[in-house]
Amino acid sequence: MTISRREFISGLATSALISSTASAGALKRFRGYPQRLGLLHDTALCVGCRRCELACQEVNGLPPHPVPIGEAKIFEKPRGVSEKLYTVVNRYRQARESEPAVFRKHQCMHCNEPCCVSVCFVKALVKTPEGPVLYHPELCVGCRYCIFACPYYALAYEYGDPRTPRVVRCTMCYPRIKEGKSPACAEACPTGAIRFGRREELLKLARQRQRKYPDRYFPEIFGENEYGGTSWLTLLKLPPEQMGLAADLPYEPLPNLTTGFLSLAPLVVAIFPGLLGGIYAMTRRREELARLQKQQELERLRKALEEKSAEEVEKLKRHLLARLEKAEFDRQPQATDKTTGASGEENK
Amino acid sequence: MNALRPGGIKIAPFYLVSGVILIFGAVIVALRYAYGLAYATNLTQTTTWGLWTGFKLVFVALAASGFTLTTGVYIFGMHEYHPLVRPAVLSGFVGYSLFILILLFDLGRSWRIFYPFLVQAGVTSALFEIALCVLLYYTTQFLELTPVGFEWLGWRRWRKVMVGATVGLSIFGLLLSALHQSTLGALYLTVPGKLHPLWYSPYLPLHFFLSSVMGGISMVMLLGWASKKAFGNKMELSWQELDRLTVGLGKAGAISTAVYLAVKALDISLGGKWHEVSSGWGAWYLLETLGCVLFPCMVFAYSHHHRKPGLIRLAAAWTVFGVVLNRLNVAVVAFNWTFPTNERYFPSWMEWVVVVFLIVLGLVIYRLVCERFAIVNQHPDYLSH
Repeated sequence: MTISRREFISGLATSALISSTASAGALKRFRGYPQRLGLLHDTALCVGCRRCELACQEVNGLPPHPVPIGEAKIFEKPRGVSEKLYTVVNRYRQARESEPAVFRKHQCMHCNEPCCVSVCFVKALVKTPEGPVLYHPELCVGCRYCIFACPYYALAYEYGDPRTPRVVRCTMCYPRIKEGKSPACAEACPTGAIRFGRREELLKLARQRQRKYPDRYFPEIFGENEYGGTSWLTLLKLPPEQMGLAADLPYEPLPNLTTGFLSLAPLVVAIFPGLLGGIYAMTRRREELARLQKQQELERLRKALEEKSAEEVEKLKRHLLARLEKAEFDRQPQATDKTTGASGEENK
Repeated sequence: MNALRPGGIKIAPFYLVSGVILIFGAVIVALRYAYGLAYATNLTQTTTWGLWTGFKLVFVALAASGFTLTTGVYIFGMHEYHPLVRPAVLSGFVGYSLFILILLFDLGRSWRIFYPFLVQAGVTSALFEIALCVLLYYTTQFLELTPVGFEWLGWRRWRKVMVGATVGLSIFGLLLSALHQSTLGALYLTVPGKLHPLWYSPYLPLHFFLSSVMGGISMVMLLGWASKKAFGNKMELSWQELDRLTVGLGKAGAISTAVYLAVKALDISLGGKWHEVSSGWGAWYLLETLGCVLFPCMVFAYSHHHRKPGLIRLAAAWTVFGVVLNRLNVAVVAFNWTFPTNERYFPSWMEWVVVVFLIVLGLVIYRLVCERFAIVNQHPDYLSH
């Protein structure tokens, strides 16, 4: 696909217009696409069997685990997502040793207003109205700004591939959703800890559980509002900071942190040429006036010499000497004539 | 000073040492492309931008020598600094070349570098603005240097045309630099949770721009000194004249560092971050801001007043070090600062080799161009006096 330069420039202009109208209409907040899908992970029901990990690997054609299901030693160190594993289950200890450990599944959260999508300079990442964030490897340049910007460390890169490295992450099993199926992890979960459905309904369900078992859950649903909310919701048994998440995240979507600055760019382009041109004009005028003054003095000197007015010549001589002295004095910290060197170049 | 003495095979030790480093570096770059980023770098899934990104920021910040000097000379009319314009613009051009090279090494699929312009533009990305600025400013710098080439070729008319565009190019260059330098800071606006609060600031774009100005001015002072050392009498300026200009630039150094410090202090106050200053990270932050900006600022002011060019050059080198430290702190040291030590990213030796390779490459290109073209001297056919 190619676009002509004209189309490209008009595209730029249009997008500038669109973004300005969007911010002009920003009195209302974007609540996310209605009817979008999501998943709910209930950490009180999760037993850490990691069948979701296995299902995820199978469905994405990833090599099977080196550590088999049921092996507890894998939980000794918390793991992050990688190019071989798009979702991970980690174990978190409770404050009292006697209490059983809790588990949390981590993967791409599918934000309502994803930062990864906003920072991609080729739009290789797209937020679908259905909920999942999708990635187009055929566009990706490999700058990895998306991975860098993700606040949940949920994206991974295929560093080992020199030819066709991709950004990899949970797709919410988009192809399966399109076929009317549930995501593989939700289907594989034996305890019902992972539920798939409309996000609004999952929120309702989560609130119900919180009301019914107030002692069991941390009172907030992670993902309801964090950075504008996410499609993946997590019912936390412990406070987020004890389950590998950040506490008290702001509600403001992350892309908003750069929009203000980026909107300055067209203003700079509009203002700077005039402003700097004005400064340059002032510089030129000062130089021109100085030149004119010199010329006038010489003119007067020439006239006085022609008219042989000794008195006038003497007066001008004194005047010029005084100026010269002052100029020498002013110049002291500055350069002498020699170093002004090729300054006449641009006047040629 | 002759690299290749006519009729002989005697090579200056500078080129001998550089040549070895360049060959070694080129091998590492080849390995990176043959076996992927995982082979050459220690990048992790959590720290995907490492040392190379840090040096992207460094190369661009120090390339500010070009726009600071063209602005001073052509827009503000400080013509006495004109003999330093070409060294400054050339080093800016070399700095951007290094930036582009290290960017290409770092990109997963560098051969798609033109995708944002030719395939699909993601205009909501700060990186798109950066890509556009680099493309336009690199071209601008090239055009600013074309008179050098035309003098060498003896194309008088073309030279005259391009010299006529000087002021326009300077204005365009300042505009693009202001955008590009600040947008590099804006890259980090998206990671408030990952970058230590002492370095993260909603004013990061402004910090990046202001520190690039002080870095750029300091680079001009160092370039003048290094060029005089390397080329001696070939250089148009005598030591005496160069010293006088350096003393003059010292004032700009003092003012630019002072402005940057004021903005940094405001950031700490407005952000309510004074309590952070007393932590271990705070000590490191103070080393960067007080140790490598305030201190050189005072040395600039003192030595400008007492006309001590040697001290000013020391302060300039110090300031450049401060800018490098700042960029590496933002990109590497204070990034993912909450991580336990064993999970932190530390650059591999190959990443360091590639950085050294690029710095040496920059020095070699700068020196080769200065030796063959009228950069530090005036072309004998085009003397303005």
